[in-house]
Amino acid sequence: MSVLVLVEHTQGVFKKKSLEAIQYAAHIARDMGTTVTAVATGNVAAAEMQSLGAYGANKVLHTTDARLDNFNSRAYTKVMVAAAQKESAKVIVGLHDTVGKAVSPRLAARLNAGLVAGAVGYPDLSKGFVVKKNVFSGKAFANINITSDVKVITLMPNTFAVVKGEGSATVENLDVALSDADFSVKVVSVSKATGDVPLSEAELVVSGGRGMKGPENWHVLEALAKELGAATACSRPVADSHWRPHNEHVGQTGGTIRPNLYIAVGISGAIQHLAGVNGSKTIVVINKDPEAPFFKAADYGVLGDAMEVIPRLTEAVKKYKAAQ
Amino acid sequence: MKILVCISQVPDTTTKIAFSDNDTRFVSQGVTYIINPYDEWYALVRALELKEAGLATAVHMVTVGKADAEPVIRKALALGGDEAIRIDADSNDTYLVAAQIAEYAKTVGYDLVLCGKESIDYNNGSVGAMIAELLDMNYLGFAAKLDIAGGVATVVREIEGGEETDTAALPLVISCQKGMAEARIPNMRGIMAARTRPLKVVAPANIAALTTIVSYEMPPAKTGVKMVSADNMDELVSLLHNQAKVI
Ligand SMILES: Cc1cc2nc3c(=O)[nH]c(=O)nc-3n(C[C@H](O)[C@H](O)[C@H](O)COP(=O)(O)OP(=O)(O)OC[C@H]3O[C@@H](n4cnc5c(N)ncnc54)[C@H](O)[C@@H]3O)c2cc1C
Ligand SMILES: Nc1ncnc2c1ncn2[C@@H]1O[C@H](COP(=O)(O)O)[C@@H](O)[C@H]1O
Repeated sequence: MSVLVLVEHTQGVFKKKSLEAIQYAAHIARDMGTTVTAVATGNVAAAEMQSLGAYGANKVLHTTDARLDNFNSRAYTKVMVAAAQKESAKVIVGLHDTVGKAVSPRLAARLNAGLVAGAVGYPDLSKGFVVKKNVFSGKAFANINITSDVKVITLMPNTFAVVKGEGSATVENLDVALSDADFSVKVVSVSKATGDVPLSEAELVVSGGRGMKGPENWHVLEALAKELGAATACSRPVADSHWRPHNEHVGQTGGTIRPNLYIAVGISGAIQHLAGVNGSKTIVVINKDPEAPFFKAADYGVLGDAMEVIPRLTEAVKKYKAAQ
Repeated sequence: MKILVCISQVPDTTTKIAFSDNDTRFVSQGVTYIINPYDEWYALVRALELKEAGLATAVHMVTVGKADAEPVIRKALALGGDEAIRIDADSNDTYLVAAQIAEYAKTVGYDLVLCGKESIDYNNGSVGAMIAELLDMNYLGFAAKLDIAGGVATVVREIEGGEETDTAALPLVISCQKGMAEARIPNMRGIMAARTRPLKVVAPANIAALTTIVSYEMPPAKTGVKMVSADNMDELVSLLHNQAKVI
């Protein structure tokens, strides 16, 4: 009856958002009086899997088929179906990320389970199984009751702080019969920005708009981002003008992010931009126009010229870090 | 090659969102509805391009919704395409929407099903992958490029922290985003033609919803911006550390 969680790792180290998903599942399991089983694929050391116990996992089901190293939604769905059957799972948690958005809906369809995609709260069991999620691109929330026997949730990453506790999980092998047809998508090439924090996972983000004037000024933003350990983002016209790569564009037509801190520099704050960032916990706006709409959505504002303010902020961060 | 494009009707982004009946109903009066941008600019336009290039024989578009969804699917017809289908069902539950589309798709047999990366109202990003499972097809999410040759699709798509190029034989379900195509504006001839072109209304299959919306909530209002002097960035850093606790 346990709560099942699909966990992801980078070269054998579990991602922080997967620890968050385990912790979230553990909360649900406590409410339901059951346990948590994580499902891991690929090359991970036993000790790393056992360590998931510190976040609330009781058991880890591990499947090692090397073909799973390339993500494939069909094959991963089969793995999760096998795990769900083995554990008689009634609740299955994934992340609302590129992996979870491909696997969880497939799994829900297969198990005839209701799905809440992008949950931002724990299920309320007092009136059924009611889960809160963002709707209308961050302008509102909906509380959705899952009425089916089996329930699937994808958790919005960075919703809850991850707290390490005590405990160790047991590890069991999970055998899944996978055929070549499950891997019929061929990965030709992968290009990843190495070293950088992926924007979707970043806790701190520094973002620039047209007010930055041109790509030649971006080193100033990058210096601030580096000092903070932040990822960089941009508004749509910036990506459209090829000042910055398209994967940095946030907003209605770009990425949606929910960092702890979003620093918007030279961005006016159009509603289509806000749609991608208004889930951020704290927003700082730096703009030379006191009438810029973004100030209305901000927690902290600085009125001034980007090229003067940013280097000062970078210096202040440096000073603060040195004093820590 | 037959293509099915999934079209969702959504409130225009600039719409002011409001709820009534104790926050249990979305107020649709006065709301301008548009085609979900990802469905229109990327999925539909790319499908039309594939037809213009002689690679697709037919482009159909489908929406799951009641009669009030018709103006939006007509707008889609004005951009082009051969046939528009409305499946006459409520569209509140993801599974129900996907299952209705999958049932209809089975009766025609499509080689390619294109949808948007997510709807800007319910932001699920789930319908495409569900359709793929229900049709037992491969699914490629977040595609920014799609080419087809000899029954094989080459797709460039977003993955975490980068992008990936995949090849897969048809049939396939693909969710589309920025990069796929350039937005088009319907011309007068298209708009006139769409008026007379038939819109096929299909009775829904007998499928039960697996979720219900209980209520809506507005996010807590921002308490107002705290302005910090441009000469005092130490204060900003200190506020971010001590008050906001984000660094
Ligand atoms: C359907 C649709 C979808 C869209 N999707 C997106 C989307 O996903 N993401 C997105 O970002 N936009 C999107 N847009 C565009 C959006 O409406 C705005 O046009 C865009 O966000 C504006 O970008 P910006 O703020 O960088 O530029 P601008 O609006 O030009 O603003 C520049 C800002 O910089 C300030 N500034 C200028 N010089 C300085 C200086 N030296 N120092 C400090 N501040 C300075 C100005 O006061 C101004 O506020 C969309 C639009 C539509 C119609
Ligand atoms: N009611 C609907 N009718 C037809 N297609 C839909 C409907 N709802 C969603 N879709 C398609 O599924 C995609 C993802 O939607 P969602 O899973 O709701 O975020 C959309 O971009 C559409 O292509």
